[in-house]
Amino acid sequence: MFRKPPDAPAGVTVFVAGQPVRMAAGESAAAAVLLAGLGSSRSHPVDGGARLPYCMMGVCFECLMVIDGAPGRQGCLVPVHEGMRIEPMAGLPDLAGAPP
Amino acid sequence: MEFDIAIVGAGPAGLGAAIEAAGLGLSVIVLDEQPAPGGQVHRAIEVRKAAGRLDGEDDRDGAALVAAFRASGAVHRPGVQVWWMDPPAGGAGFRLVATQDGASQGIAAKRVLLAVGALERPAPFPGWTLPGVLTVGAAQILLKSGGNLAAAPLVIAGQGPLPLLFASQLAKAGMVPDLILDTAPADAWRRALPHLPGALRGWRQLARGLHLMLALRRSPPHCVARVREIEALGEHRLEAVRYRTEAGWTQVPATILLVHEGVIPNVHAAMSLGVEHVWDDGQACWRPKLGVDGETSVPGLFIAGDAAGIGGWRVAAIDGRLAGLRAAEALGASTDAARRSRLRLERRPHAALRPFLDALGRPREELLAPADATVVCRCEMVTAGAVRAAVQAGATGPNEVKIRTRCGMGPCQGRLCGPSLTMLVAEARGVPPAKAGHLRIRPPLKPVTLGDMAGIPPEDRAG
Repeated sequence: MFRKPPDAPAGVTVFVAGQPVRMAAGESAAAAVLLAGLGSSRSHPVDGGARLPYCMMGVCFECLMVIDGAPGRQGCLVPVHEGMRIEPMAGLPDLAGAPP
Repeated sequence: MEFDIAIVGAGPAGLGAAIEAAGLGLSVIVLDEQPAPGGQVHRAIEVRKAAGRLDGEDDRDGAALVAAFRASGAVHRPGVQVWWMDPPAGGAGFRLVATQDGASQGIAAKRVLLAVGALERPAPFPGWTLPGVLTVGAAQILLKSGGNLAAAPLVIAGQGPLPLLFASQLAKAGMVPDLILDTAPADAWRRALPHLPGALRGWRQLARGLHLMLALRRSPPHCVARVREIEALGEHRLEAVRYRTEAGWTQVPATILLVHEGVIPNVHAAMSLGVEHVWDDGQACWRPKLGVDGETSVPGLFIAGDAAGIGGWRVAAIDGRLAGLRAAEALGASTDAARRSRLRLERRPHAALRPFLDALGRPREELLAPADATVVCRCEMVTAGAVRAAVQAGATGPNEVKIRTRCGMGPCQGRLCGPSLTMLVAEARGVPPAKAGHLRIRPPLKPVTLGDMAGIPPEDRAG
């Protein structure tokens, strides 16, 4: 979907569905999903269709995803950190077993 | 925690207000959803400054504004969600609840300034929920914060200054979009020309716009003008874009489609506080009804910047300063009248361009009346046809349509379908949009867990 040119800063490694992605500090989890080339960051709770981030600024809520085990996070508002684990979310957030 | 002034939003308006109010010795807290100050326009500006990647006058002035804010003494709380705001009651001031990384906190403030900026106009069209369709603003955020570039073939569809600015930023990064679809109506220039003489008072900005257009002529992207409709096609992701001009429909392959149809004020929080709003016919959006220097119909509550009405970042920074001064004065600080006059004078050339840009960027008819099959509510997948049917069945306003169709009931809480709802109800009832009304916005302003609510410290809870 998106690519990082070789000369762009990339000092942080995150894992999107297990796959390592190099990011710049200050970038968001939603950006990581777009760089990873994932086909979908959530399946829509109403029609089951694939969705990816749309507005990247906290308005549309299309980027709801599972970040470090916590479901339903707005990925575009969560800055990446070293070793962050990002997973797509199926339907509505499954809050059972989520960290408090 | 109690403050004289709580400011929501750390873009130009919020920063301007914080600098002025803190400079007068008031206790100021700035609550921001984003990880760093600057707002969308100056996103990642401190990182880019440190890396020597500032580009042009806007960047340099933005970095200076952020630096002045850092030195102002105002408390800065980045990365927080403000999801509850109560207006003053029973002698107490405003009460806000903010959550950061799962920890909730109550904040009391004598005055509140909403500097929550703008959002890109929601522009429903067939296929706009497909993966690979994003806004131009989204792609600009990806470029600014990480240097990331969209995969080709890249199609940009829309109008207004932002697609132009973004195309020039792409060109600097060595990328040319495969196709630009200009959706400005055919009569846009004819309508805008009478405003050109007034706009000349803002000649610096006008010159910058011309400069951007000229810069693109060196390696011009293929551009199609007077595009009336667009469609995104694909099974599970974007594969092609169809567009209609007077000559008919054309289809091109695409991996990424970026759309932008101008920006509108972010009115969500203001509506939840009961601020009176007016429908802006020219820009087809709601905006708060304001008095002097950002005063609203709710005593003690101010709104400044693009959240008050679109004016661009320089106007926002000045209006933020003026609102900050007025709020400080209301709390007993003595302010300098000459300074206010200077700020108002400084504001004039920056605001001069706006009537011209507004006339040029008036949304096209097809955008305001989406076809029946087009989804207007992305959260609940409600179509324009379903909204019209609800009105035919007796719903008289957006709130009744919401109850019947779930339109506006999803996690974005009507941020994206709200304007469409107002226009569709107006169209179906044959009344002006102002009469159709708007969604009632209630807290929580963001989806929160019961844990977030239970996590409010007992001393911060309402009685």
